[in-house]
Amino acid sequence: MSRMADEYLLVMSDISKQFPGVCALDKVQLMVRKGKVHALMGENGAGKSTLMKCLLGMYVPDSGTIIFKGEKIKIPNPHDALSRGISMIHQELNPIPHMTIAENIFLGRETRTWYGLVDMKAMNKKTEKLLAQLGIRLSPTTKMVEVSIANTQLIEIAKAVSYDADLIVMDEPTSAITEAEVRVLFQTIRSLKEQGRSIIYITHKMDEVFEIADEVTVLRDGKYVSTDPVHTLTREILIQKMVGRELTDMFHKEQTAIGETVLEVRNFTGRKFRNISFQVRRGEIFGIAGLMGAGRTELLEAVFGVQRPDSGEVFIRGSKAEIGSPADAIRLGLALLTEDRKLTGLFMNAMVMDNMAIANMKKYLRGLLVDFRKICADSEKMRSLLQIKTPSLKQIIKYLSGGNQQKVLLSRWLLTEPSILILDEPTRGIDVGAKAEVHRLMAELTHQGKTIIMISSELPEILGMSDRIMVMHEGCKTGELARAEATQEKILQLATGTGLAAA
Amino acid sequence: MTGRLSSRAFLNSLLRTYGIFFIFLGMCIIASLLSPAFLTKINLINIVRQISIIGLIALGVTGVIVAAGIDLSSGSVVGLTCVVAAAFAQLPSGPRVLYPSIAGSPVYLSIAAGCLVGMLAGAINGFLIAKTKIPPFIATLGMFSAARGAAMLFTAGRPVSNLSDAYNFIGQGDLFGLPIPILLLAVMALFTHILYSRTKFGKYIYAIGGNEQAAHISGINVTKYKFLIYVYAGFLSALGGIVVSSRIGSGQPGLGVGYEFDAITAAVIGGASLSAGGIGSIPGTIIGALIIGVLNNTLDLVNVSAYWQQIIKGVIIVGAVILDQQKHKAVI
Repeated sequence: MSRMADEYLLVMSDISKQFPGVCALDKVQLMVRKGKVHALMGENGAGKSTLMKCLLGMYVPDSGTIIFKGEKIKIPNPHDALSRGISMIHQELNPIPHMTIAENIFLGRETRTWYGLVDMKAMNKKTEKLLAQLGIRLSPTTKMVEVSIANTQLIEIAKAVSYDADLIVMDEPTSAITEAEVRVLFQTIRSLKEQGRSIIYITHKMDEVFEIADEVTVLRDGKYVSTDPVHTLTREILIQKMVGRELTDMFHKEQTAIGETVLEVRNFTGRKFRNISFQVRRGEIFGIAGLMGAGRTELLEAVFGVQRPDSGEVFIRGSKAEIGSPADAIRLGLALLTEDRKLTGLFMNAMVMDNMAIANMKKYLRGLLVDFRKICADSEKMRSLLQIKTPSLKQIIKYLSGGNQQKVLLSRWLLTEPSILILDEPTRGIDVGAKAEVHRLMAELTHQGKTIIMISSELPEILGMSDRIMVMHEGCKTGELARAEATQEKILQLATGTGLAAA
Repeated sequence: MTGRLSSRAFLNSLLRTYGIFFIFLGMCIIASLLSPAFLTKINLINIVRQISIIGLIALGVTGVIVAAGIDLSSGSVVGLTCVVAAAFAQLPSGPRVLYPSIAGSPVYLSIAAGCLVGMLAGAINGFLIAKTKIPPFIATLGMFSAARGAAMLFTAGRPVSNLSDAYNFIGQGDLFGLPIPILLLAVMALFTHILYSRTKFGKYIYAIGGNEQAAHISGINVTKYKFLIYVYAGFLSALGGIVVSSRIGSGQPGLGVGYEFDAITAAVIGGASLSAGGIGSIPGTIIGALIIGVLNNTLDLVNVSAYWQQIIKGVIIVGAVILDQQKHKAVI
């Protein structure tokens, strides 16, 4: 035991956890070495989050043991986890916006002066030291509202370090930050390793695993699959372990007949975008690339009537369309799958079938009453079409995994029988298998003559799926590329504003 | 992801869905053990009649809470609507006729006038909340004060008595062997249950309460439906006002004080969530109101003082919310 304790900081074994209707973890193990980055991978719903919640004291496992620093422990609550030196950086960050960086870092354990008041000066000084130590160039007195998502991420890491954590769990830390910011994050992770701290790194991105991780543990359907050193793995093997089958083609792109222009946006100007025009054709996938904050989401929300633009016109099949609200857009055959599932998509406490039917309620009316049988029939159709894994259509949607939730949202929009689908980051945060299914569905839809506008921050996805690509930079259109001429480099140049407009 | 349901998990889900009903049954059993008078027909009818007014108001309040709002003005709207309806129902021949020009109107006019005033108050609430987007707490707090003031102003602070027999029949009469307030509650509860669970309107208020932004993007006219649920709540408060004044044969501007909290209590005991939105149901609210009724009745039967009753009610509402949070925590 003692030699193990020297080598391993954390040993979780035979961890099981059951929820009503779902066995989330079934005898799962995880062993993390000191001073190493340990990647935790698996499709959504594989049990990664549940396992981490058991480690962080948010759940108490039904069975199994946790050995931390050579000592068998029970973690009854998150506070206990923190005080033992285990801390987590969540995928969704929750800073207090109108407090400063220093106040956020020392929240709940503020430094006091001898007469009992909060000692801002001392806190700022400590924060400054901490940030410098991690190479983060920010002032402790900056308010969190003014800090970018990427820097908020780094501040969370600083906060974790300030607790003197030996083990830091990072849940998809790069899902919302740019390539350059990823570099800074990785630099910080390396310096944490040098200080002998261990990191559990949860991600869906292969590149990152091969770059930053030392070992990988894969979970699938709540079960332990394997743990291997990264250098013994290849991408293909890793994917195979995650999905339990071989994935031959990541991007299911098919050649479709591209027809006439169905949607034209002219001179759209709003708070976050200026003078944007583009045309989309029948049967086409029109990709929109750009960095976070380039105004892509805001542009398409304006097209859909979520927020009205200051100026600009939309033409659908040649005639001018008045879109004052999403209801108008839906009537005109548009659909908008939003970027943030939780914030703008899901009704968390509602049933799966209600989540599917809500945008289509008018079609389900029989007289004044809602026809539940028709909703059931349509939902069932969608469940089998998209292979949605849920114990029942009456299941409350918050119990479904991210990938399945996303499929429910897609079902919602497919049921409105749209001719133009706007998909904003359709595969963000969902697992490899679900991702491939979404891509296959997109290809299928264009085959049926539907048009897709896709925002994506993943270049391989943009390149793999789009027929044409529009690139935006800080609210402006910087170029438009045909599928044949588009490369990663060209898009990046346009997206960062360093290239010439190719129009 | 499909796993088998263990028996414990099954019991949990059963309790989560019907828990409040079991609590209600348990209370009835205890009450009948404590007092032989409890399980008599007269007493049971009495209990339901006593909760009928709060029950009516709570039907609307449930919808408002489901839509992630709150209505603090129900009690004041009861006061205002009851004096308006009573002014129409006053006998023109009696002493101290408040408004001779409208006194002696037929009973349906009294009802219509009361309901319209209630819906107007609800419409003002709804407009403030849906259109100017001020928090429901503030908007209805304003109406809480203004409606009570309007009731006092309308009657110069005096009761409106000597009402027509037809009007008094609403609160005092029987139909098919049951008091009319009970029948009215039953009919309105059924209607509201269908409205909330089986119509587009109902689906939309659950959606708006659950996630307003997602509802907007799904093509729901959020402003319109938010407005409408407050109008409907105002209408039900007016029915409450008509029942309470016809029952005591007098419209008084001071009636209905504190009813808003009893209605909210009933909805919350019945599972409506003040913290989450999109959660709550009419069967739950009716059970919630019955629990309050049985509790008051039992405490009366065993001679517990009214002061204690208030304390116990306070403990119960807080307890219900704690239970509610526990059950949400268990499944996040």
